[in-house]
Amino acid sequence: MNEKVKDIKNKFESDLKNVKNTKELNELRVEYLGKKGYIQKLNPLIKDLSNEEKKEFGKSLNDIKNFISKELEELKMKLDKKELEEKLVSEKIDTSLPATKFSKGSIHPLTKVRREIEEIFISMGYDVVEGPEVEFDLYNFEKLNLPKNHPARDMQDTFYVNDEVLLRTHTSPVQVRTLEKSEGDIRIICPGKTYRRDSDDPTHSHQFTQVEGLVVSKDVSLSHLKGTLEEFAKKMFGDSVKVRFRPNYFPFTEPSIEVDISCFKCKGEGCSFCSKTGFIEILGAGMVHPNVLKMSGYDPEVYRGFAFGMGIERVAMIRHEINDIRDFYTNDIRFLNQFNRKGGLEDEA
Amino acid sequence: MKLSRNFLKDYVDIKDINIYELADKMVKVGNEFETIRQLANSDSLVVGKVIECEKHSESDKLSVCKVDVKDEVLQIVCGAPNVREGLKVVVAKVGAVLPGNFEIKKASILNTESNGMICSLLELGIDKAFLSQEDIDGIHELNNEAKVGEDPNKYLMFDDYIIDFDLTANRGDLLSVIGMAYEVSAIYDKKVILPDISYKETKDDINEKFTLNVETKNCMAYLAKMVSNIEIKDSPQFIKSRLIASGIRPINNVVDISNYVMLETGQPLHFFDADKLNKDLLITMGDDFKKIKTLDTVERDVNKEDILVTDTKNPIALAGVMGSYDTEVTSNTKNILIESAQFNKTNVRLTSKRVLRSEASSRFEKGIDPNMTLFALKRACHLLEKYAKGKVNKGILMHDELNKDDKVIEVKLSEIQNTLGMEIMSKEVVSILNRLGFIVKNKGHFEVHVPSRRGDIEIKEDIIEEVGRINGYEKLIGNLPNLETKRGGYSKKSKLLKDTEDLLSSFGLDQAINYTLVKDLDDFSFDLDKIIISNPMSEDKKVCRQNLTSSLFENYKYNSSRGAKNINLFEVGDVYFKNNGYDSKILASGLMSGTYLLNEFQGKVVDVDFYLVKGIVTEFLDSFGLENRYEFIEEDVPGAYHPYRSVRINVNKNHVGYLGQVHPSLSKNEVYIFEIDLSKLMELKVRGVKYKEISKFPTTTKDLAFIMPKDIKSSEIERHIRKVCSRYLKDLYVFDVYDFNDGNKSLAFSLTFEDKTQTLSDDFVNDLLNKIIKNVEEKTSAKLRDK
Repeated sequence: MNEKVKDIKNKFESDLKNVKNTKELNELRVEYLGKKGYIQKLNPLIKDLSNEEKKEFGKSLNDIKNFISKELEELKMKLDKKELEEKLVSEKIDTSLPATKFSKGSIHPLTKVRREIEEIFISMGYDVVEGPEVEFDLYNFEKLNLPKNHPARDMQDTFYVNDEVLLRTHTSPVQVRTLEKSEGDIRIICPGKTYRRDSDDPTHSHQFTQVEGLVVSKDVSLSHLKGTLEEFAKKMFGDSVKVRFRPNYFPFTEPSIEVDISCFKCKGEGCSFCSKTGFIEILGAGMVHPNVLKMSGYDPEVYRGFAFGMGIERVAMIRHEINDIRDFYTNDIRFLNQFNRKGGLEDEA
Repeated sequence: MKLSRNFLKDYVDIKDINIYELADKMVKVGNEFETIRQLANSDSLVVGKVIECEKHSESDKLSVCKVDVKDEVLQIVCGAPNVREGLKVVVAKVGAVLPGNFEIKKASILNTESNGMICSLLELGIDKAFLSQEDIDGIHELNNEAKVGEDPNKYLMFDDYIIDFDLTANRGDLLSVIGMAYEVSAIYDKKVILPDISYKETKDDINEKFTLNVETKNCMAYLAKMVSNIEIKDSPQFIKSRLIASGIRPINNVVDISNYVMLETGQPLHFFDADKLNKDLLITMGDDFKKIKTLDTVERDVNKEDILVTDTKNPIALAGVMGSYDTEVTSNTKNILIESAQFNKTNVRLTSKRVLRSEASSRFEKGIDPNMTLFALKRACHLLEKYAKGKVNKGILMHDELNKDDKVIEVKLSEIQNTLGMEIMSKEVVSILNRLGFIVKNKGHFEVHVPSRRGDIEIKEDIIEEVGRINGYEKLIGNLPNLETKRGGYSKKSKLLKDTEDLLSSFGLDQAINYTLVKDLDDFSFDLDKIIISNPMSEDKKVCRQNLTSSLFENYKYNSSRGAKNINLFEVGDVYFKNNGYDSKILASGLMSGTYLLNEFQGKVVDVDFYLVKGIVTEFLDSFGLENRYEFIEEDVPGAYHPYRSVRINVNKNHVGYLGQVHPSLSKNEVYIFEIDLSKLMELKVRGVKYKEISKFPTTTKDLAFIMPKDIKSSEIERHIRKVCSRYLKDLYVFDVYDFNDGNKSLAFSLTFEDKTQTLSDDFVNDLLNKIIKNVEEKTSAKLRDK
């Protein structure tokens, strides 16, 4: 009897060697282990055996079954693996073919810089406030201590609609409007479009964007202005940036200040970017002129204020090394698409 | 203001101060400069004397000169027409480097050796604008007293530095060298030395020749003296070179003295030819005179706001701006009347704006030290006596209502400390103010006496600024203000703008920002009352825009002409119109063209069409919580829209915008645009997001197709479907449109039903479908297409 088992084993071993794929393997399984398989066929023979022989034969039958199962299983794993590999190979694609083009739109660089400035000041407790762009002379000039025919009006060539109405030359009229309707402390920034009667060239634009800030309280000083702008400059341009004050003149502030930041390219050592000065002029500022407070109903003996204003184009030009201010208004998509990057990762130094 | 170092050093001791350091310190106290330069800058120049001069044998134009330069005699070939024997000239020796990096080398000119060059002033670097015609045409003829061998730049006083200041509008006092001297003296704590104003007077009295009557308050001071028998000639070299350094062309001694005194004192003077005047001077407004021929020979209209100097019969000057042609000082003038006056700033400003902005008018506009008017007059007399052999007549014509007293301003130490935010000591404050020439009396508070020259100092904040800037802002330490701790926020408008920008860019549109000023209104919107600029820069920027789409369409054309195919842009911004005053509204607009999501080799291409843009507008409105509150209506659209491929967008039955194709007459490619009035959306209120429970039961999807005449709208069928099954209808969309080309079409709808309380049975759903079919067939001419 054991001879038969041995024959089956021998035959199986030689058959197994010829199996090439899982289909043949399954056929082999049926051939040996199936209901009509070789093993099953040996089962009826058992009844003619002695008890002793039955036991022995049963064991060898069981052994051969286990052996075949195990061998089939092992081969199946090998074949599965091989076939998967073949399938994967057959699925190989040319990953170098072009990507599907997603059109993620871009936010204009002026908007991005404006928002960044807004966020910094919002975190410092400032509210964002707007005002009209077609403005009264009264708010744009007179209530800012610039009466008609004041020579300093020459500093801001103006588009007029008529004698009393104009396109605002700065966002400062929003300060006046805010002062007029407020009582007590004020902390605002006013971003927006402004207009000057300048010819457009690489550094001038008849339309540009300003952000102006105003703080009014009983105890604010030039030192607070400096501290505030230092905080802003650090968040906007990096921790190592230094702020420099130079005296200047604006009719609506007294004292008036021109504010420079140390060049973040050369760390203040002087490079072509900052015209070898180590500093970049960034904004105008000062303590609100008492006449401005008075004209809008604040008592300058009780309240003091500081104000500052900067051009967003200038900040964006410095930040992105843009040489021509007109690029912001041409809306060439090759320009716009260079700015659709998310924040998140830090810029390299 | 161009400040000459040589000029300045007459009034304040700066001989040990480096010019660059001085300029730097001036910046620190608020006086910015644009450039520092040397007036002339060359080495190896020497004064020479032409001892022999012969025509070149091979050229008529060239001369061969022997020039004595003290240590040697040089042979120089010279092309100037005015070179001649005996002349003292400027010689650039071999090795000299002239401005423009022009190095003088030993040369052979038409076989004649030339060892250097005889120079013109142009070659020394003096701008043509400041030179006489002779100096432009030929070499410079030095005065005979120039010593052979000395440095001609020294002799000509061109060894000077010029700082070109960009002064602030309030510092009129710095438009004079004396004013600059005061500023420098405050920085370095030095004394200011005022110039000599002494002269002798003759027995002749001006009052016997002229009378003065001032009729207008706009002339605050009018002082005049007469100087007789002047001799008109060239100015002394120091006056010439200082004028050139200051940017003024020398003319002759008399004209130059007038300019020199203005530069020195800040007080403009005017010299009249006294013999051309009638005796009664009258200062009046421009009411009674119509015209004046000014010294630039232009016949000008006189305006009411002009202040006129007249001799009662004729106007003789537009005060502060320009004198008359007829009374001008000429080379024949013998006797002059010097005017030193103060006029109302605003009137001078208005006149000069119309006629001419000059060195004089810009000083009048900014205000002049009341104490300088007489001083400048005397200074001119001194110089005319000294350099024009003039005889100063006795007496003065004088109308003077100026307040020459010091201004007194009170300020407390605590106010200075609190405004600056620094712990400055009383002693330091007094020291700084004293250096500025202010007298300070300490009476518990400071009583500051401000000299009249500082017209810009009016209130205590001005004093605080003086203390701050002279003390130096580099000493100021920054602190954050002690204010309520809170986070700020966006206004409703800013928030909406921000969300709109983010939303539209998330759809793949790039944000554009265009100019407010446009050529004129156009067909992209229906006109509202327009806002027009009265003083536009150009024809194409004179009206405030009323839509954003036309600019976006310009951007499309710009990009398209540069080869871009898929141009998707949006802009969010204000448009402007009149409406009981001046008004604006905020629009969000977009432009789309070409293809959208794109992968050509896979054939995945979505062309931009009406429905894509409609989808974006729909998603936009849904995102703001306006689901089911808007409609797209085929009504009037502006002319730039395709009349049959465009709609109005209504929300709550109110018109809020347009959506459609750009009219084919404007673009042969399909370009789509939309416009949404955000101001109108801002007025709407929407419900907060309330969670709707998700059904636990499965949905059932069925398709229905109807055949109908072509002109029946899908939205109409949809309405009749919804009417009978809205409670169970979860979703509805059109998945097929088929045109039979016989006037009929088929619309196939996919309907998804759901109930929150049970699984819908087949019978129930079939029943629903039958109700839908019945309703659609009853209410419209559509018929069910075979199932």
